[in-house]
Amino acid sequence: MNIITASEVVKDFSGHRALNHVSLEVPDGSIYGLLGPNGAGKTTLLRIINQITAPDEGSILFNGSPIGQAHRSMIGYLPEERGLYKKMKVGEQALYLAQLKGLSRQEAMKRLKIWFHKFEIEAWWNKKVEELSKGMAQKVQFITTVLHEPRLLIFDEPFSGFDPINVNLLKREIIQMKENGATIIFSTHNMASVEELCDHITLINESETVLQGEIAEIRERYRANKYQVTFSGSDERLVSGLDPRFELLGLEENGMGRRAIIRIKSEDSGSGDLIRNLVEITEIKSFQEIIPGMNDIFIQVVNDTVKKKGADHE
Amino acid sequence: MNKISLIIQREYLTRIRKKSFIIMSVLGPLIFAAYILIPMYFATLEDKEVKTLAVIDESKLFTEYGPNGPVFVLPGTKTLKFQVVEGVPIETFRDTFEESDYYGVLFIPSNILASETSLIYSTKQVSLEVSEYLERSMDTEIEHLKLEQQNIADIEKILSEVKTSINVRNIKWTKDGKTQESNTGVVMGVGYLGGMMVFFFIFFFGSQVMRGVIEEKVSRIIEVIVSSVKPFQLMMGKIIGVGLTGLTQFLIWMALSFMLVTGLKAAFFPELNRTPTEQVISSDLFEKGTSGQDQLQGSTQTEPDDTSDVVQEIFGSLKTINAGVMIGSFLFYFIFGYLLYAAMFAVIGSAVDNETDTQQLIFPVILPLILGIYVMISAINNPDNGLSFWFSIIPFTSPVVMMVRIPFGVPWWQMALSGSLLVATFLGMTWVAGKVYRTGILMYGKKNSYKEIWKWLRYSS
Repeated sequence: MNIITASEVVKDFSGHRALNHVSLEVPDGSIYGLLGPNGAGKTTLLRIINQITAPDEGSILFNGSPIGQAHRSMIGYLPEERGLYKKMKVGEQALYLAQLKGLSRQEAMKRLKIWFHKFEIEAWWNKKVEELSKGMAQKVQFITTVLHEPRLLIFDEPFSGFDPINVNLLKREIIQMKENGATIIFSTHNMASVEELCDHITLINESETVLQGEIAEIRERYRANKYQVTFSGSDERLVSGLDPRFELLGLEENGMGRRAIIRIKSEDSGSGDLIRNLVEITEIKSFQEIIPGMNDIFIQVVNDTVKKKGADHE
Repeated sequence: MNKISLIIQREYLTRIRKKSFIIMSVLGPLIFAAYILIPMYFATLEDKEVKTLAVIDESKLFTEYGPNGPVFVLPGTKTLKFQVVEGVPIETFRDTFEESDYYGVLFIPSNILASETSLIYSTKQVSLEVSEYLERSMDTEIEHLKLEQQNIADIEKILSEVKTSINVRNIKWTKDGKTQESNTGVVMGVGYLGGMMVFFFIFFFGSQVMRGVIEEKVSRIIEVIVSSVKPFQLMMGKIIGVGLTGLTQFLIWMALSFMLVTGLKAAFFPELNRTPTEQVISSDLFEKGTSGQDQLQGSTQTEPDDTSDVVQEIFGSLKTINAGVMIGSFLFYFIFGYLLYAAMFAVIGSAVDNETDTQQLIFPVILPLILGIYVMISAINNPDNGLSFWFSIIPFTSPVVMMVRIPFGVPWWQMALSGSLLVATFLGMTWVAGKVYRTGILMYGKKNSYKEIWKWLRYSS
């Protein structure tokens, strides 16, 4: 079951197309990463899912039915640009925002006490937001986003502006919420956190979907048949003894000894062939396939689409 | 609806808890009361100082010789006395004027009949009141003399019979057949006050809506709020919440002003409480006229010459204005005028990134309001001419202009037309504003222009 199904979503802003036939399916209970360079259209898509703006074409289904007013209280949204009423007191403001999401005052009060205790910020209740530091205000805003225990949480760059300790606190909370059955969509540039948290991703570039799927499957797809070998022995023997089916991409010194990066060029050779060849010419200390990180995939895919567009223009 | 009421509640409570609201609520009526009462107070002060003019009458036309020596023929008033001085040259007065108690020296030259000029010497500017009194009474006296020189028999008798003082009093027929006397000046004042208050409230609280929208945009909380409620709900909640703040302030002002004016009236003008104002009203021509000629003459003598009478007349005239209609229509025009303009102010707030950018956009919005004020000032004198009529029908100016017309009496169909047009325009404007607003609040770093706003209006939701 998909909690969000977006089909062929198009959104135009006076001559500029922010989203061009973007489709995605967010499985219930997953952590879904929405990736893309700045200005790719991520925030527009998130706003459409949040019913802040409506698409020009295409549709959004929430749990199988067209998204509507009733779904507002089932979604929690932390926008990239954080903000609270500066002159309003922290507690009062949290209560107000929770009530707008449909919680009763009593229930909101009860839950806020638990959260304020958990984040150790009870003392801020009667402070005005303008008295808080940026990080403190972000914590308050995070609480107001999740307080009504929505089925779907949408975080736009949730970790920006937090120190590493608080980033870990947030990650723990996000994983906890997933375990409690919530679905999380988050948009980020931070590929390390994508690898750490996400099950699925969609990569948007220049208003279009350029990559989509499960993380493990995508990384499998982008394997480049590269291997990292740590060896002891002379470089010359390695270079001269390497079979033409294999290509030496680099040699370097690391703490354990000499390290070589080798690519298997021919289709019908595998890692076994490479090992057999290496055993003859050097002494292997370690042998490891290089699986591309999301960071590399991101850069590669974005550059490829830019090149492709450039080629189309010519 | 529940969400709108939450928004209204927040907007209302955060505003009335502000220190500035409390200060304005207390100071407002004090300023208001001071505005009304200080001129009254000064009017009573002036009465007490008696001015004495020394008179050098070289023409001898204005001097009579009685048993106590020479007497000036003009009677003088409560605050102006004359003392004829003979045999003292004007130069002597100049040298000793500072030590004397005289207000000034009136010099009447011997050729006054030909030159038609007399002089007042003083070290200070002589008040308009004194010089006008002198001109008026000396005119009469000389006209009198010239008539006597015509040698007409019984001229004194003829003159006293001819002497007339017409007093134009405005009697209103009311629906229940009663008659009421009213003073045009007071009616104008009430209309003017009503129009100015509507203008002030629209402008002041409309700007508050604008600032509220900008605050939400600048603090970036807007995106969180509109993920919880529809932009239209947020806009309406804010407009209604601020409007309720305005009404609350207005009611506090009215209550405090009433208490202040009543209290001060009792302290400074106790005679008003002894003579009920109804007496002034009941002494109209119709009741007196039935009992004969004598009383017709009597009724012409009611020209007020005393401050307390003036005050009494003001409060009497106030009673002739239908308070229910006045307050009812004030609330109507205040509420719907405010709603109409607040929607426009909200649009401007949504279109800019900070308050300084509002200036270029705000002009077209306040232009009709300011136009309304100009027309209102002209409508005070001509409440029923074409200009006043049309501007009290056109929705953008009607809240201000209609307020000055109402105390003079406006046909019901005009009220109905003006009112329904205002409501219809408010509904249309709010719909348009909602469309622009929901796009504008999410736009940052755009050019602030009406072209841009027009573009947003055509976006799909």
